Amino acid sequence: MNTVMDGSQPISIEQDVVLARQTVRRLAIECGLRLVDQTKLITAASELARNTVIYGGGGHMDWEFVEEGTRRGLRLVFRDEGPGIADMKLAMTDGWTSGGGLGLGLTGAKRLVDEFSLESTPGVGTRVTICKWN
Amino acid sequence: MDRIPILRMGEFLLVTIQVDMHDQLALTLQDDLAENINQHGSKGVLIDISALDIVDSFIGRMIGTISGLSKVMDAETVLVGMQPAVAITLVELGLTLPGVSTALNVERGMRLLRERVHAQ
Repeated sequence: MNTVMDGSQPISIEQDVVLARQTVRRLAIECGLRLVDQTKLITAASELARNTVIYGGGGHMDWEFVEEGTRRGLRLVFRDEGPGIADMKLAMTDGWTSGGGLGLGLTGAKRLVDEFSLESTPGVGTRVTICKWN
Repeated sequence: MDRIPILRMGEFLLVTIQVDMHDQLALTLQDDLAENINQHGSKGVLIDISALDIVDSFIGRMIGTISGLSKVMDAETVLVGMQPAVAITLVELGLTLPGVSTALNVERGMRLLRERVHAQ
C-alpha cells in the first residue's frame, strides 16, 4: 500500500480556509491524533490560513507526516509571498493586530501546537511552520 | 447566497450552526440576527454550536459581537452545546468569551433565557 506522505493546497480566498480546515481534520485523524489535539491543530490551521489570505494576499498550505521513533506527527507550513512582517516581536504579542482581528491568530496558534516557527522577510513573504505530535 | 437559518420561537430566536462556516457566512448571520431582533422585538437568542468541531478566533469574535449587539437591542444571548475539546482549545487560544452566557445544552439554555427575560 502506498500512503501519500505529503501534499499542498492553495489558500487564496476565504473559502479556501474552510477547505484547509477540512484537509487538516482528515490528516489529523489519519495521523492518529486524539480528539483534543485534532481540534487544537485544526483551530491553529484555521488562524494561520486566514492570516495567509488576509495579510499574505494568498499562498499555500503544505503538509507532511513526520516520524520520530514511535511518534508520528503532522507538520503544516503556511507560506505566502505577501508584504511580510516588519516587526516580528510585535506580531507575536497577544492582542496586537495590524488588521481588524483580535490579535490572537499567531500567538494563539503557537499555544495550540507542539512546534511553531515563524520566518518573515519584509517584501518577500511569510512562512509559518507548525507541528503536532500524537 | 448561503445563510444560517434563524428560527423564531415566540419571543426567542433559535440558531443551530451545523456547517463549517466561512467568514462571510458568520458575518451574514450576525447581520441577520440583528435584523431579526429588530423586526420581531425578540427578547432572547439561543445559539447552538453542538455541531461545530472547531471555534476559532473569528467565530469566537462573532459570538461575542452577537452577544453584545443583542444586549444593546434589549435581548439576551445564550450559547449552548460547546464540545469539551472546543472549550479546551478556545481557552488555550486565549478566547474566554467574556460577557457571553453559556449553558450546557439547549434545554438548560432555554431555561436560562426564560429566567433572564422574565426576571426583568
